[in-house]
Amino acid sequence: MDGSGNAAFVAFERVQKSYDGETLVVKDLNLSMPKGEFLTMLGPSGSGKTTCLMMLAGFETATHGEIKLDGQSINNIPPHKRGIGMVFQNYALFPHMTVAENLSFPLEVRKISKSDREAKVKRALDMVQMGEFGNRRPAQLSGGQQQRIALARALVFEPELVLMDEPLGALDKQLREHMQFEITRLAHNLGITTVYVTHDQTEALTMSDRVAVFDDGRIQQLAPPDKLYEEPDNSFVAQFIGENNTLLGKVEEISGETCKVRLDSGELIVAKPVNVSEVGERTRVSIRPERVEMNMERLQDGAFTLKAEVLEFIYMGDIYRTRLRVAGHEDFVVKTRNAPDQPRLKPGERIEIGWLPEDCRALDS
Amino acid sequence: MSDQTASGRPESPQSPVAALPGGEVTERDQDGPMLAADGRPLKSSLARALRREKLRALALIAPLLVFIFISFVLPIADMLFRSVQNDIVADTLPRTVVALANDPLEEEGVPSESTFAQFYTDLYIAEEYKEHTRLGSRLNYEMSGISSLFRGTGRAVGRFDTDIYADQFEAADPAFEDPAAWADWMADDDIRAALPLTTDAYDAWAGIAVELDEDNPAEEDPEDIVYTSLYRDLANGAAPPAPFPQVDVSGFESVSIRELFIEEDEDWADPEVWETIRAYSSRYTSGYFLNAADMQTTPEGVELRPENERVYMTLFVRTLWMSLVITFSCILLAYPISFLLATLPARHANLLMILVLLPFWTSLLVRTSAWKVLLQNEGVINDILVWIGIVSDTNRLALINNATGTIIAMTHILLPFMILPLYSVMKTIPPSYMRAARSLGAKDWTAFWRVWFPLSVPGIGAGSILVFIMSIGYYITPEIVGGTRGVFISNRIAYHISTSLNWGLAAALGTILLVVVLALYWVYDRLVGIDNVKLG
Repeated sequence: MDGSGNAAFVAFERVQKSYDGETLVVKDLNLSMPKGEFLTMLGPSGSGKTTCLMMLAGFETATHGEIKLDGQSINNIPPHKRGIGMVFQNYALFPHMTVAENLSFPLEVRKISKSDREAKVKRALDMVQMGEFGNRRPAQLSGGQQQRIALARALVFEPELVLMDEPLGALDKQLREHMQFEITRLAHNLGITTVYVTHDQTEALTMSDRVAVFDDGRIQQLAPPDKLYEEPDNSFVAQFIGENNTLLGKVEEISGETCKVRLDSGELIVAKPVNVSEVGERTRVSIRPERVEMNMERLQDGAFTLKAEVLEFIYMGDIYRTRLRVAGHEDFVVKTRNAPDQPRLKPGERIEIGWLPEDCRALDS
Repeated sequence: MSDQTASGRPESPQSPVAALPGGEVTERDQDGPMLAADGRPLKSSLARALRREKLRALALIAPLLVFIFISFVLPIADMLFRSVQNDIVADTLPRTVVALANDPLEEEGVPSESTFAQFYTDLYIAEEYKEHTRLGSRLNYEMSGISSLFRGTGRAVGRFDTDIYADQFEAADPAFEDPAAWADWMADDDIRAALPLTTDAYDAWAGIAVELDEDNPAEEDPEDIVYTSLYRDLANGAAPPAPFPQVDVSGFESVSIRELFIEEDEDWADPEVWETIRAYSSRYTSGYFLNAADMQTTPEGVELRPENERVYMTLFVRTLWMSLVITFSCILLAYPISFLLATLPARHANLLMILVLLPFWTSLLVRTSAWKVLLQNEGVINDILVWIGIVSDTNRLALINNATGTIIAMTHILLPFMILPLYSVMKTIPPSYMRAARSLGAKDWTAFWRVWFPLSVPGIGAGSILVFIMSIGYYITPEIVGGTRGVFISNRIAYHISTSLNWGLAAALGTILLVVVLALYWVYDRLVGIDNVKLG
């Protein structure tokens, strides 16, 4: 699952965390990151991702297990000695200090001389294109500007590891997309190892080298974005990342790379077995909406077809979004490119749809 | 209107309400102010639109406003007015005040016979109405001894040897013996005009007879003051027309009223007494304020009182100093508690909050009395200290009936007023600030001192103002545990309100206290800025 075991810069080893002594918020977490990686912890709220970040930052202690930074266990090192930069959810810029003072703070507590401080602050401000705002107070800045300052403050003392806790949550969509790009650019240019926490999957997919999908205190899948999307390991990841059609059924036959699934409505379909192993097991078959073909002429060989009834056809500009009734499921969605060869459908039309068996993954139920 | 023409906008005298849906409501003229669509300045249009809102808001607060005005503002204004008000001398001794104002006091500062005669009439009437003792007490604030002087002379004034005038008048004309004849004369306007002093005295005497004795003046013999006034009228050359009997008083035996007074009490020859009466005969006085500032008027002008008589300045300084000490103790004690309250998880914080508020809900008197039990010489604290061996049994600490007692008890009582604003400000400091500071490399103490503390300063400001202003006017606690060395200016004010009944002085002291508090508030505003004070 994890890429580079030996050169791990950040490592979680069998880490558990409980707040009340009764339930585990983080269950047996194992994770290792190489230097320079941009890793995103993605998951719904309460999945344990923020707790992991806080343990790494030193604000929470692991109930069990070890957290290592550059090979050293940091379990007993207080936060201020870990040298980890952190960007907080609401930026946590000190409102009683100017922007320059905010940036100068981590340098002052490190007893860096005044002239060096000024130079570093200036460089950090320039880096986020906020050079002229040194004398402003945080309250005089817009959300996006505050975000840049928070980023600059986390980077000004040149940490090797930066943690970001949903840093773009308070920004509007356009600004968020812009900042996503800025952050990844900075992280890669400076070669910083970054742990980024978010519940926004688009953010996770666009920014990260690898994404760790959290649920129920465990990492459900740790993979690069494309793999995560194309090849989800289990039905939670399939559901959580992107849009997904599911069909419920029972495994009837497994033979190597394909299996046959008898749907609850009676149809037999062919799928790729991912985490089903026994005949008779219940399964959740997952197909991405854009992998479904409605134009039978474009279907490739070996494709599998099924009858469907159009319930809704929505024009969305670049794509069409069609909701179908398929095998008794009324929420089967197909996305097609707005192209001349794609049919425009009307509700009530009966059509045939098809997909390749390898795009259809039989997952746990 | 000319603006409108200049901008070329068609004239449209619409009401602002009608103009609003129109869309293009505002447009800036070349140089003029922003105009609404109807051509009125935008500002006045806005003001008009907001007027309704304002009236509504005013109507909502009106009941409270009226209540506060009647029950709070008016009484306080009335009370403060008493600090300069001084009607009692002018009301009790109206004739004397007028006479004194015209009396050059040539004879070593003692008034002339005619002034004394007016004073005789005044004092006689005041004695009948029993007002001379009140006047005596009032003047006693300014010069000790006057109270007994007025009381003693008041008792004697009815027995002055002025009855010789009545006897001589009656001997000269038996008509004077007839009360009905007197009543007739005094109803005659010509006679009244000719005999001003007599008329005045007779009216006053008749008033007394009707009001106090419920007699008919036409059936009672006039008192000596009437005959004395009549003698002085006639001796001054008055010629009352008939039917008033013509009496020649040149052969009458006379008495000096001045001598009578001085005989009764030689203090009436003391110029200081008359200086005092004269100084306070005006209806408005700065005397209370001078007194409250430990100053006095002497014939040489305003000067400080002798050092051993300077009570109030000492008290003011002590009140301010002890309030500062109490405020500071409150900050010291409240800060850690508030910090804990704000940072603990809600469950524990609530319990702690109840512990903080519990004394708050207990009666002030109960809490103060509890301190009395704890702090006294044979009290719990001393007993424990002796038992532990920190102090010897013979050398118990004096913790009560002094400044220490007041500071301890008041710090305890005012503590919640520091904790609550501090807590509410600290509660608004996001915990992520401290985390951010620590993640940036600051030790716990540095993070606290550089980040948390500056952000909690508005709470300290609010708490300090609250505690300081409350303690500066505190009364009950210092009264109970303060003894003599631990009382505040407010205790002195209360004493003058309820015991010595010198309301004017109490009002002057109160006014000074109010001004001092407002001045401090102003200074605080200049230094810290009231905007930086947060109560929640």
